[in-house]
Amino acid sequence: MSDIAKQGAEAAPAVSVARIFREFLIIGAISFGGAVPYLRGRLVETEGWVDDKEFVEMLSMSQTLPGLNATNLAILVGQKLRGAPGAAAAIVGMCLPGAALMYVAGILYWRHGDHAASAATLKGVAAAAVGLALFTAIQLGRRSLETRADLAFVALTVIAVDRYHVSVLWALLGVGLISILWRHPRRAKSAGSQ
Amino acid sequence: MSQLPALIRVFAYLSLLAVGGGMAAFPEMEYLSVDVHHWLTKEQLIHLYSIGQMAPGPNMMMIVAIGDWAAGALGALAVLLAFFLPTALLTFAVGRGWKRLESWPWRDSIQAGLAPVSIGLLLAGCYTMAKGAIFGVETAAIAAGVLLILLQYKMNPALLVAASAVIGYLSFR
Repeated sequence: MSDIAKQGAEAAPAVSVARIFREFLIIGAISFGGAVPYLRGRLVETEGWVDDKEFVEMLSMSQTLPGLNATNLAILVGQKLRGAPGAAAAIVGMCLPGAALMYVAGILYWRHGDHAASAATLKGVAAAAVGLALFTAIQLGRRSLETRADLAFVALTVIAVDRYHVSVLWALLGVGLISILWRHPRRAKSAGSQ
Repeated sequence: MSQLPALIRVFAYLSLLAVGGGMAAFPEMEYLSVDVHHWLTKEQLIHLYSIGQMAPGPNMMMIVAIGDWAAGALGALAVLLAFFLPTALLTFAVGRGWKRLESWPWRDSIQAGLAPVSIGLLLAGCYTMAKGAIFGVETAAIAAGVLLILLQYKMNPALLVAASAVIGYLSFR
């Protein structure tokens, strides 16, 4: 069964650049509330352009690299399907609807943002955005924090940025380097053999 | 017009800090766009970010509005390119070599090592934003409510943001 599925995937005809653009344009237009679940739904389940394992690999890579997870994923999937033109089509399609919408929203906010009604509405929206952002961080933490040392690095980063106003860049480079060295390959191997 | 080089510089820099998600770059975005360049106020930045949570697609599209305010349509375009092009090229380059790096033992170390830092940066971003968005019991209750509902039920976050907009309209007017 899996052999047939594998053969099918390899024999699948090449996807055209226009097709890639259209698919990502759709995802960019419908992905309310976070793009990653929609990317998974459309690319893995509907289109079958990448399998589940590959998608998870691409996602973890997107989270490690700088840049937004959604656009990094678009680049990786586009690249896999059609090289550089595929990657370009994917990221442009993905960004276009949201960018156009926020361009208009920005103009409207600039004009009407200080009206009492919109100010009140935005207070509710901003509070919700804090809850949503916290949820995103917790979700990511559940998946990738394994040891007490990991929790210490999380705390160290938060304290550096929020308490001591270390710039995000130095927190990233400084704590990141210590944390990577902590996960030194030889240590990881000895920990794994326990 | 003269804001264009600064916009490009700032947003290209911010994109490199967005490890794990756009929120990671939020404290630096607030510092650079509010305190250093005065493109908008802190309150406006928080509002725009929040509006952006209701838009589809990648969640930092609100940067388009900052570019537009600072330097018109050209500014919006410049900000988009500055924010997305460098990281797109980097991801493309690494994407080609990633499979080959599978046997390189440091690959897993980097991935595992950066994870807690990116989560820390996301939390630091949340805290920076909460300082401007949470004031009093009602806003705290909305934020906590959204968080608890998302932890408990599988639900589209955009719906919760929209519901909070209605609650805000009804209670803060």
